[in-house]
Amino acid sequence: MSAIFVAMGASFFVAVIFLILYLFSVKKGQFDDTYTPSVRILFDENDEIQTENKQIETNINNSNEKQE
Amino acid sequence: MEQQTFYYDNKIVKLFAYATILWGVVGLLVGLIAALQLAFPIFNFNLSYVTFGRIRPIHTNAIIFAFVGNAIFTGAYYSIQRLLKARMFNDFLSKFNFWGWQFIIVSAAVTFALGYTTGKEYAELEWPIDLMVALVWVAFGVNMIGTIIKRREQHIYVAIWFYLASFLAVAILHVVNSIEIPVHFMKSYIVYAGVQDAVVQWWYGHNAVAFFLTTPYLGLMYYFLPKAANRPVYSYRLSIVHFWALIFIYMWAGPHHLLYQALPDWAQSLGVTFSVMLIAPSWGGMVNGLMTLRGAWDKVRDSAILKFMVVAVTGYGMSTFEGPLLSLKNVNALSHFTDWTIAHVHIGGLAWNGFLAFGMLYWLIPKLFRTKLYSDKQANIHFWLGTLGILFYAVPLYWAAFTQTLMWKEFTAEGILAYPNFMETVTQLIPMYITRVLGGTLYFTGAILMVYNLIKTIQSGSIEENEEAHAPALAETSKLRLAGETIHRWLERKPVQFTIWIAIAVIVGGAVEIIPMMMIKSNVPTIESVKPYTPLELEGRDIYVREGCYTCHSQMVRPFRSETERYGEYSKVGEFVYDHPYQWGSRRMGPDLARSGVVTGKMYKTDSWHFNHMLDPRKMVKNSMMPAYPWLIKDDLSTDYTAKKISVMQTLGVPYPEGYAEKAVDDLKKQAETIAAGLKANGIDVSPSKEIIALIAYIQRLGVDITKQAGEVKAETEEVVIDFTPLTDAESVTAGEAVYVKNCVACHGAAGNIDGTGLVGPALFDTIYIHGNTPNDVFKVTSEGVPAKGMQAWKHLLPKKELDQVVSFVLNYKK
Repeated sequence: MSAIFVAMGASFFVAVIFLILYLFSVKKGQFDDTYTPSVRILFDENDEIQTENKQIETNINNSNEKQE
Repeated sequence: MEQQTFYYDNKIVKLFAYATILWGVVGLLVGLIAALQLAFPIFNFNLSYVTFGRIRPIHTNAIIFAFVGNAIFTGAYYSIQRLLKARMFNDFLSKFNFWGWQFIIVSAAVTFALGYTTGKEYAELEWPIDLMVALVWVAFGVNMIGTIIKRREQHIYVAIWFYLASFLAVAILHVVNSIEIPVHFMKSYIVYAGVQDAVVQWWYGHNAVAFFLTTPYLGLMYYFLPKAANRPVYSYRLSIVHFWALIFIYMWAGPHHLLYQALPDWAQSLGVTFSVMLIAPSWGGMVNGLMTLRGAWDKVRDSAILKFMVVAVTGYGMSTFEGPLLSLKNVNALSHFTDWTIAHVHIGGLAWNGFLAFGMLYWLIPKLFRTKLYSDKQANIHFWLGTLGILFYAVPLYWAAFTQTLMWKEFTAEGILAYPNFMETVTQLIPMYITRVLGGTLYFTGAILMVYNLIKTIQSGSIEENEEAHAPALAETSKLRLAGETIHRWLERKPVQFTIWIAIAVIVGGAVEIIPMMMIKSNVPTIESVKPYTPLELEGRDIYVREGCYTCHSQMVRPFRSETERYGEYSKVGEFVYDHPYQWGSRRMGPDLARSGVVTGKMYKTDSWHFNHMLDPRKMVKNSMMPAYPWLIKDDLSTDYTAKKISVMQTLGVPYPEGYAEKAVDDLKKQAETIAAGLKANGIDVSPSKEIIALIAYIQRLGVDITKQAGEVKAETEEVVIDFTPLTDAESVTAGEAVYVKNCVACHGAAGNIDGTGLVGPALFDTIYIHGNTPNDVFKVTSEGVPAKGMQAWKHLLPKKELDQVVSFVLNYKK
């Protein structure tokens, strides 16, 4: 049954890499902001639907203000 | 901050999008052919290149790696550039990624059709193409990580994390599952044997689903769904949490493909536990996707793109709920080897992968070509055709699965199998298989409509191959390689990248060095009577792999009474130590073959039966859906590589005697001549040099070793000398008919019946008898019986006179 140890070893190795990546990215502040990135992807300068985006932006701002 | 001008590479996105469309159509079409073949065997065309055993790997690989693969690259190359505010790291790598991947796809299709396969599901590619895959995949990784390094956006959006994890995991899975020793340019043996191979294969197979069909697609979902809905993802925090949870858990679930099979219990439980845990992170993704549309469901009514995405995400949620369900041992006992698995993967494939790709293309193509979609109406029609297609595909298959598994497991009040004839449990499914063809056709028609719609869209617009964009540079200029700095010094300052490359180096190096050694040592037989295959059997086994027999026949009897009653003794780990690759299979479209060589067993058929069956399956088993294999009878077996095969097997630890490779061909010929002589005695004249001889030798070897251990094969009980001449006078024949009607009809069907379907015993009025065609053979079976199969020894039940009469009646019947 050594194959399962190979598979588990490899899985564990990958998990460790993911863990290092995770710790490193947390330290780097990658996940400090858990909101803005989701909105930012909607704004591409060359998008034709920018006017619609602007509308959304104001909507979001409004709702944020309400929350505050 | 200084504003920088740069250019997005739209051309590479366009190329990948075209490839997605092309391979999508091809993959679906091949799938449709496969579905037709199962409903109507005539669609195998008696042509080796397109029999089901070869078509199925072409279909699965075309959908997974060609259609979904190119869709991943399309979406990744588009979104990575925009999310990181940078052009792809290197244009050459982008092109190499594209053309390399297409080259792999074409070589895969050609080699599969020609019968070059490793016989491992979704990893069927032979070693030179495996190497190409590794190379191109690493090129993609370097290109992506290079782009991350030179990004202009500090935050790495969650989609990129998904791509990154997919890249890493797939690279490792592919390498570990593809360590093979070449025999020649297009033939290799995997280093793992039997259960070892099964474990590694399903560790890979499950993760091919996880890290090829799922995580990169979640990346696409997190980019294209918010873009298409034009609103931010429901919870960005949830996306991060479920990402990390998902990738930590996914890798461990593989053994759920081997429940109740020859695998230690603890390993099975490990797989089950992690599979159940997977519900949480998977549903995190589904909930997040669907909730993104909160307050925007009115848009879904109008937009075909959003409709596609909603059904895709719903399909994802359904199959990730069903997956853990199927991983439970009690459910798996019913579902395994049935169409349930097929239905399950098609909910994932048709809904999640297919519909998300369609939604993405409908959004992306107009965007790339700076125009509007040619026809929203057609896109909506496509959506409804596709959705109906999924239903017409999946529902009949679930039905088929329940029908078949219940028939397999049903016992009569007397405790014998209610449906001992395997074929009965298959013919019952044919209406469902026909409905599936309808479902597939609907889905395919929708896809064709999309192709037309997109071509019209492309024609109405124009693409800007290098799209201008602006963004401020990233504050940390130290990320860039300084002038005069060596690559290694530069890498040392970058822990993340450094870790990744070290990991890849260690894994490739370590895997290739260590694993073969470990595996070869571990091939110590635990059952003494299990011996290596003879050269002829080995060649036969390679034919079995080449023809993709494993796509329909399992070689794994699970420890259930319904299976041991039908097939014989359940399978043990120690039986498979010389099986490179393992051939346990995953679907029983035909019966299990693990015990097909056991003479006293329930599955045994004579050499001449196998010969006739390969030539024309429907002559031997009415309604059989098996393709005919006439070329096996026509083609000579190539023995050019037999010696090399034996020596490769020796390298892999199979204990052939020293120097046996040189003698292998002689032994092969001797065994072939014995089999050919046996066939000749039964009236079949075939040269011993034909491929069919090797395949028969292999089939007749299956399960033989273990019965020697158990001492089940006893020396033939005192030879009964029979000298029987059929009576020909009308009186005796008429009397024989009366005896037949009274005693035989119940199991063998009415007089004149040549159709074995639905009968307990074989039909007696065709031209072939399982136990031999001479009058003496037929008389012997009648008088002595075949206790293992339920045939009584009639000499104890009928007077000698009536016995003579009934056998004479059967033999004299006009055929």
